[in-house]
Amino acid sequence: MEVLKIATAGSVDDGKSTLIGRLLYDTKSLTDDKLEAIERTSKQKGYDYLDFSLATDGLVAEREQGITIDVAHIYFSTATKSYIIADTPGHVEYTRNMVTGASTSQAAIILIDARKGVIEQTNRHFFINNLLRVKDVIVAINKMDLVGFSEDAYNDIKADFEELMGKRDYQDQKITFIPVSALKGDNVVNRSQNMDWYKGQTLLEHLEELDLQDIYNVGTPRFPVQYVIRPKTEEFHDFRGFAGKVYGGELSVGDEVVVLPSMTRSKIKAIYFYDTEYQTAPRRSSVTITLEDEVNVSRGDMLVKVGDLPIIDKQLTATVSWMDSNQLTIGGKYVLQHGVNKALAKVDAIEHKIHPDYSGIEENVSSLNMNDIAKVRLKLNKPIFYDRFKEHRTNGSFILIDSRTNHTAGVGFIE
Amino acid sequence: MSTLAEEIKKPKTINSADRPNANALEHEAIYIIREVAAQFEKPVLLFSGGKDSITLVRLAQKAFWPAKIPFPLMHIDTGHNFPETIEFRDKLVEELGVELIVRNVQDSIDQGKVVEETGKYASRNMLQTTTLLDAIEEFKFDACIGGARRDEEKARAKERIFSVRDDFGQWDEKNQRPELFDMLNGQIEMGQNVRVFPISNWTELDVWSYIQKENIEIPSIYFAHKRNTFLRDGLIWSAEDGVVFRAEDEKVEERIVRFRTVGDMSCTAAVESHADTIDKVVSEIRESKISERGARIDDKRSEAAMEKRKQQGYF
Repeated sequence: MEVLKIATAGSVDDGKSTLIGRLLYDTKSLTDDKLEAIERTSKQKGYDYLDFSLATDGLVAEREQGITIDVAHIYFSTATKSYIIADTPGHVEYTRNMVTGASTSQAAIILIDARKGVIEQTNRHFFINNLLRVKDVIVAINKMDLVGFSEDAYNDIKADFEELMGKRDYQDQKITFIPVSALKGDNVVNRSQNMDWYKGQTLLEHLEELDLQDIYNVGTPRFPVQYVIRPKTEEFHDFRGFAGKVYGGELSVGDEVVVLPSMTRSKIKAIYFYDTEYQTAPRRSSVTITLEDEVNVSRGDMLVKVGDLPIIDKQLTATVSWMDSNQLTIGGKYVLQHGVNKALAKVDAIEHKIHPDYSGIEENVSSLNMNDIAKVRLKLNKPIFYDRFKEHRTNGSFILIDSRTNHTAGVGFIE
Repeated sequence: MSTLAEEIKKPKTINSADRPNANALEHEAIYIIREVAAQFEKPVLLFSGGKDSITLVRLAQKAFWPAKIPFPLMHIDTGHNFPETIEFRDKLVEELGVELIVRNVQDSIDQGKVVEETGKYASRNMLQTTTLLDAIEEFKFDACIGGARRDEEKARAKERIFSVRDDFGQWDEKNQRPELFDMLNGQIEMGQNVRVFPISNWTELDVWSYIQKENIEIPSIYFAHKRNTFLRDGLIWSAEDGVVFRAEDEKVEERIVRFRTVGDMSCTAAVESHADTIDKVVSEIRESKISERGARIDDKRSEAAMEKRKQQGYF
């Protein structure tokens, strides 16, 4: 079955957890014991409705404060698809979790409280999902019950949001508006009885029809070598297999390839998945490849097709989203992890900081704080083989690791 | 049914099929397991004999074929395991030709490091943590691969794929490393170690479907069988082997049951079932209305039970 990963974004109290709880409840994905726990706790708290947020808010601190403070993963499935929802928190200080959630998702749900409309947070959520080039964005205008299910309220918010859409960089992003009430169940799974004026799909109907093919199927295969398999057994005495995952396109037996960085040419001899040989390794498959010639290949190297080279350079400019409590400063040194390859990076310049509400840029910046997003120039100690993020989501992104703490301190999207 | 070992010895077949299956979860798990072998010096696969760790073993086999799995398996034995599980474990390891390390909770008790719980709900499940942490220190393991899944429990839903633990095995849930795209950051300091969860994104049904599709052998207690049992708090407990404390008024009855999870006997309840084949088990799970951990008494101790155990180093 196909798996669709979805990230959610919304501000505190926009009802994100309630929406997810409602999806689980109406798709009958909540098991009896979980439902029972929700009923019991809702009653204890004196609510006259079921508090579905209890289904997802997992940590003690979250239950105490009634907020979501980290990415939680929720699973459910229908007859057609398996869903993984990354429930990401909406407060300003947790932007990094939102970036994280969006990085592994094919679709995003942005929640808006119908009473509040488009607020600064909405801009930020949309900006991040656009920056990360999430293919499908669903704008769920929630709490419609609290604005009398008013079509005018919905249209006003939609118009405000469309204004933001004009400013987005990734114009091909598909955006869909759905008026919902997560608490009462309108247009989440079941069609609303209160909004005859809305003729579109419910949230689940829309998700069910989303095309899972991601847009980066551009026929540019990249094969970063994770691990070299040398069994050293009698039967497989000379076996040297290159284990890795295929990104961006597919590779087939007989393809002429170049090994980076050595630039050695060879041909794909065989493709294995476990003990079976295949003609073709599709995108996102974890296979083992052998080559016709004896070529020196190690972890961090990359196989690409002849005539289809990525950019090979020791310098790059990237939009960096900073995620660490220690600042990024000009001259700062980090370990840059690009896929499974590593290099040392030095911050050459911060060109400008980007306001993640589309309100503009700030120049003459000398450091970045957690949640800042900026255009940064980096110098590396050795060339890496990359594509622009716009053209290749995987091969166009990297993380920066602070070697003092080993924390993943930031993520970059290469220009 | 073919065993894992027969599979690995089988000569490679040339498949006329064009391309491998499109099971995204399987490809993701293999990628993660390979990252462990590449990024760490002394990884270990934590093997309980349960279906999740058996699935992990199969995935590890796939990740490195035709080479052997390049790390040992380790079992933290509470001494209260179902005998069927231990039998199965030993057979599997022998067939695979991999190293098995066993460390016993009983030893930790004998050394006075932990105190055996007493009473009606006594379980050695909590005591495992000490034995595990000691073993990690003894062998200087820097990565422990485990079969935990995010769908099992709410606190687990927040767990990273590479989850860093400090010198005390503690999980700092508020300060977890973000995981972006496919990139896994395994850099750690001396003394720290990483818990790795390759099947994080699998659901219980995904695991069962995989076992079915791959025709993987699993311990017999997962299938319906006759067993002497008794009822407590609406759950069915095994009255065999004398491990689970039974009060005199708790009447022993023979029931046809199976286990959905194979933890320590003292905290693993059975479910009434006639599913005696993998196909029947898969259909049963598909229709099931009680989540897997509903049959694990250790989580019912309190709403925050799992989170608290994790902070202390529990898997």
